[in-house]
Amino acid sequence: MITLAGVGKTYRLGETDFAALMDIDLLINRNEYVALTGASGSGKSTMMNVLGCLDTPTVGHYTLDGEAVAGLDEDALAGVRNRKIGFVFQNFYLRARASALDNVAQPLIYRGISPAQRHARAREALTRVGLEHRLMHKPNELSGGQRQRVAIARALVGRPELLLADEPTGNLDSKTAVEIMELFSELHRDGLTLVVVTHEPDVAAYCHRVVRLHDGRIAEDRTQIPVKHVSAAA
Amino acid sequence: MTTNTINNVDMGANRVQSSFYAVQECLRSALASIRAHGLRSFLTMLGIIIGVASVICVIALVQGLSQSISQQFQGLGSNTLTLRADTPLEDALRGKRNRLKVSDLDQLKFRIEGIRNVTPVVFASGRGGADVRNGSNIAAGQMFGTTESYQEVQQTFPKYGRFLTDSDDVTRRRVVVIGEQMRRDLKLPENPVGRFIQIGSEWFKVVGSMEPRGEMFGLSQDNYLLMPYQTALAVTGVIIQPDLWVIFSVADLNAMENIKDRVTSLIRQLHQIKPGQPDDFKIEASDTLAKSFKEISTTITLVVAGIVGISLLVGGVGIMNIMLVSVTERTREIGIAKALGAPRQFILMQFLIEAMVLAVIGGLIGIALGYALGFGIAKMIPNFPDPAVPWWAVVGACTFSGLIGIIFGILPASKAANLAPIDALRYE
Repeated sequence: MITLAGVGKTYRLGETDFAALMDIDLLINRNEYVALTGASGSGKSTMMNVLGCLDTPTVGHYTLDGEAVAGLDEDALAGVRNRKIGFVFQNFYLRARASALDNVAQPLIYRGISPAQRHARAREALTRVGLEHRLMHKPNELSGGQRQRVAIARALVGRPELLLADEPTGNLDSKTAVEIMELFSELHRDGLTLVVVTHEPDVAAYCHRVVRLHDGRIAEDRTQIPVKHVSAAA
Repeated sequence: MTTNTINNVDMGANRVQSSFYAVQECLRSALASIRAHGLRSFLTMLGIIIGVASVICVIALVQGLSQSISQQFQGLGSNTLTLRADTPLEDALRGKRNRLKVSDLDQLKFRIEGIRNVTPVVFASGRGGADVRNGSNIAAGQMFGTTESYQEVQQTFPKYGRFLTDSDDVTRRRVVVIGEQMRRDLKLPENPVGRFIQIGSEWFKVVGSMEPRGEMFGLSQDNYLLMPYQTALAVTGVIIQPDLWVIFSVADLNAMENIKDRVTSLIRQLHQIKPGQPDDFKIEASDTLAKSFKEISTTITLVVAGIVGISLLVGGVGIMNIMLVSVTERTREIGIAKALGAPRQFILMQFLIEAMVLAVIGGLIGIALGYALGFGIAKMIPNFPDPAVPWWAVVGACTFSGLIGIIFGILPASKAANLAPIDALRYE
């Protein structure tokens, strides 16, 4: 579903060019559960931005769900993000003044869906993450774990092909982090494709495949048996 | 695949409906954001509020004045014409005075068709002007001599007693009808009929008092006295060449111009004016003054409104300033919206609508405030008419403030729309 061929990303820093990504060839199939790891400065964030269509690669080809996205303009990329990608960020990035329901419904605004339908689907998504009793709460009335669940519901509400999570447990305590990762595993079992950017081995352990970046190149790409069963047994 | 079909349904939604939902959402978020920063929004609007309030206040006062004046002119009847002698300035300097002749009146009566009522009016103050007295009370009003048809032509009727009659005129009876102000100045009772007053050395009986007409430009329109035309001529002693003018009403309003032309040629003929020589008289429609006043007041309104309108530009700059701050503050929020798939034009529209809503709310508050202000000022000035806000001023003020909002919102809105999603998301 995701095909990266010869992708590179170069930033211009003053006089010199800085290559954040080089010669990335990567194929991710539907319903894969991939951890994208690496030390800080390894190109993880750039990779996440490219995969999420937030940024375009300088060279190479990127095909997402059969659509070549490397050469699209900003509005076309916005459309791709809206329809095919769900984002989960480390800092949740919820609108502070809006209720959980309104936060979750936000991506549907850009599809021209009626308010009633938006709310119906947002309620459905919040139910999916177990927050059906917190619809009208504002983010500051929710715990960290609940906020991340709201963010996940927002990522799911548009029924994306790909869920991209950037350090989803970075701001959570370990118990809540486990809950979130178990929710991800459930979503994976339901057929979603997930890419989780993380530097924590505990988080990567939930994934079926680990891609490790080093100095802008893929240093390691291995499949593994996830720890989910262990945690479920415990 | 199910997700695909559902997405296709989403994308296939009616375009018009989609835009409607988008605008609706922008309005909602604009109002939410304005409410979230109540004080700041109010201060931002202040420029617009003050600008619009000043414009509306000025318009309300001038229009109120102009409306009340045209109402008073309406009382004169729009189908009346006044024929009066006119002396060109050069002749007047040489001491020459053109006069209408008494015979002109009869000719007018009998030779022009389509004239309903004709009434002569003559100054009855005489040489030097005589006082009007009731015992020790002296009044200084205007005295006219006229005939019965005056009341029809001028659409003014007695409140007590009766008007002058033809028989008064023929027999030169010493009777008068007085205006309300004159009655008060003479300290006559509310119903003065039957009382005697003195004009110069002559005694006159009051047979009626007229309905009050109110004030125009702060001058009483009721400080006058009417006596029969012939009586006036006899009393003033200027029987040969009285300073008279003729008021006549036209039966058919559409024939007004036609009759004006016919009267002109008749009087020219009677005065033996050769072709090429100027008229020695003037025919005025009663609404000439009203019309020219209306023109003046409209010009004043537009000029003052235009000048004050410039202050709206300052209000617009205030909005732009705060919107720029707001865009910076909400960079993260814009980044999130972009990450979630908001297209550039949606962000653009969101901020434009917010600027416009700010300006329009300011405009509406300004209209209310301006009206209140105009009302207060009108109440403070004695005898000032109530202010009137015409609908075009309200619509204009709303439209103009909306436009100001959009124009000054463009810069902040495009700044917001052009933010790169990753930079906006990373913004701390």
